[in-house]
Amino acid sequence: MGQEAPKKEIPVKRVILMALLVLAGLGLAQKTTLTVAVFPNLDDALKVLIPAFNKKFPNVEVKLVVQQYGDHHNALTTALATGQGLPDVAAIEVGFVGRFAEGQGFEDFNKAPYNAAQYKQLFTPYTIAQATASDGRFIGMPVDIGPGTFFYRVDVLQKAQIDPKNMTTWPGYIAAGRKIKATTGSFLIADAADVAWINIFASTPTNNSPYFDEKGNVVVDSPRFVRAFELAKNIRAAGLDAKIGAWTNEWYDAFKKGTVATQFSGAWLQGHLQNWMAPETKGLWRVQQLPEGMYASWGGSFLGIPSTSKNKAMAWELIKFLTVNKESQIAAFKSIGAFPALLAAQEDPAFAEPVEFLGGQKARVLWRDAARRVKALKANKYDRVAFEIVSTALSQVLDEGKDIPAALAEAKQLIQLRMR
Amino acid sequence: MRKTDSSAPAGIVTLAMRWSNFQRRYAPYIFISPFFILFLIFGLYPTLFSLYISFQSWTPSDGWGRWKFVGLENYTFTLTDPMFWRSMWNTVWLGIFSGLPQHLIAIPLAFVIHMVLGRFKTLVTAIYFLPYITSSVAIALIFNTLFATNNGVINLVIGQLNTWPVLGWFLPDENINWFLNSTIKYGIALVVVWQFTGWNTLLYLSAIQAIPKDLYEAAAVDGANRYQQFRYITLPLLRPMMFFAVSLTIIGNMQLFEQPFVLLNGGTSAATQGGQTAAMYMYRTAFEWLDMGTAASIAWVLFIFIGILTYLNNLIFGRTVRGEV
Repeated sequence: MGQEAPKKEIPVKRVILMALLVLAGLGLAQKTTLTVAVFPNLDDALKVLIPAFNKKFPNVEVKLVVQQYGDHHNALTTALATGQGLPDVAAIEVGFVGRFAEGQGFEDFNKAPYNAAQYKQLFTPYTIAQATASDGRFIGMPVDIGPGTFFYRVDVLQKAQIDPKNMTTWPGYIAAGRKIKATTGSFLIADAADVAWINIFASTPTNNSPYFDEKGNVVVDSPRFVRAFELAKNIRAAGLDAKIGAWTNEWYDAFKKGTVATQFSGAWLQGHLQNWMAPETKGLWRVQQLPEGMYASWGGSFLGIPSTSKNKAMAWELIKFLTVNKESQIAAFKSIGAFPALLAAQEDPAFAEPVEFLGGQKARVLWRDAARRVKALKANKYDRVAFEIVSTALSQVLDEGKDIPAALAEAKQLIQLRMR
Repeated sequence: MRKTDSSAPAGIVTLAMRWSNFQRRYAPYIFISPFFILFLIFGLYPTLFSLYISFQSWTPSDGWGRWKFVGLENYTFTLTDPMFWRSMWNTVWLGIFSGLPQHLIAIPLAFVIHMVLGRFKTLVTAIYFLPYITSSVAIALIFNTLFATNNGVINLVIGQLNTWPVLGWFLPDENINWFLNSTIKYGIALVVVWQFTGWNTLLYLSAIQAIPKDLYEAAAVDGANRYQQFRYITLPLLRPMMFFAVSLTIIGNMQLFEQPFVLLNGGTSAATQGGQTAAMYMYRTAFEWLDMGTAASIAWVLFIFIGILTYLNNLIFGRTVRGEV
């Protein structure tokens, strides 16, 4: 009997199956497929948000194409070059958005039918400038941001009897570092170069590129670069940095063991520390604003529409749903910790909640404040090249003992040579 | 002819004959056509296109066809670009310091394996060959850990050797930071030597095995010892294989890409300028700085350079190959 029962059911199942297939076929015939290319962990946020989007637009099937950060942007570059295989919506990280903005491959959201000008004031201000080309085209709606913050190990500082408030000036920061090194043996920072970079970025005048003035002249030999280099050199000379590169096993190890007392990074580092880098250090970390009233941005993502897309209207609906919709931004924040670019989403009560990993500190309020003070910088076509050349000069100063003015003068010359 | 004539209508016969003729004449070409079709698409076309684009200014994110003729500007820029010349210097340095040891180790190693190991020959060769077939990304991940400054195995070993007499004089007392502009090349060279010595050992071993045994026997009768046999029989007779293996090393090392690329974290490392090779610089010019024209000009400059080196190698080793001893 037990064997017969299923046999009887088979025809019924078949009928249902057939009906489903027919329905699915009908459905497919009407459905629009939107291809969305993203890098991790934006895909996790999208997986959470797509069902809500489908409630609004049931006839749209969102197809995710997920590749690692580097591969994603390489694939995008190649696809833009040939005009083939481009998605309908592409995620662009802040490191690439300036370069893609200068190209002609993406839709300009300033124009009709997008008319994105009306949305611009809804976002954290500096993000708009990042996605705007030098000729004014605006190619990416901001999804998430990375306000820069100052992480420190409260246990190490206590052992060295240092009040973190004394670390709010750069001389105070270095003095504290000496004391930490002398009493606990821990390094002040993983890499002295980080201090130079914060100073360079945060001291850039509003609406300028870090390396060029308004007229496009190279300014890498100006006093703000000299000071940035000097601070880093002082830290290196005093033996206060561990000379560890970011994203290496040694870096994670230093976080776990507390052999490095401070780290400057985007607010998102907290999520990484908590989830995989050093979960056992829960409660030992705190954050404060960067020294001397500096505010800087560490990362961020944008969504753009390649001009070849055949579903631009629906792609724009999806982008709007993900960026200007407060609920989506909050949901993404809750699922992957992506700090919302949308100002309204930053007002969510979740932001006032204490962060367990940071010993119950209300850190998100602090980060929100920092995000609103980050200055808007203007992208320059040669920013990437300039970054590399200045980075080499910095390493010559720190690692090879090269004279700072000489290194910067040479860097200036090298950058000028590449501008053609 | 007669048979088909009588049994079938004339029209069909010519058709069948034509078909048969067609087959006889063109079948060979059709059989080899897959190679040519693939070669045209993936070999010749990109090569010609890169030559064409090297005279244009093209930002790939602008889209297909949006390039502008700039004449020789990309070439004059590349040839006067200090970053390019630094990458060329890195390439040549790595070519020598990662190429030479491969052969200096592989030739005696192959000789020893051949002479001493007997039936373990295959196993040992396979072990030496293993790094060659391991994925470069996996290798780089492991070496990144081995090269760690404070608790990396390589620095620990150097620290141990440092306590030995004599050897300690030559070794640094502090942990070496392998990721500096001044040190990264040694690290890359170490990885390349480790990865490709086994391959060369295999090449030399196969050549040694082809040397007739009676030569060694005759030498032994004349009282030659192992070293003399190696010096006066093996080495001279290995010349053709040396030519081949060195050619491969030159071409491979001049195009060295993966090892520096992963060890330098794709170019984000502060030591990038100290370690990046011309091939890596070319890649980054194309995909990071989005300057396809200049990248293509680098490719052609590199091509000419490799051509010259191969020609020089041919002058040095090629005599035996051409039978001029």
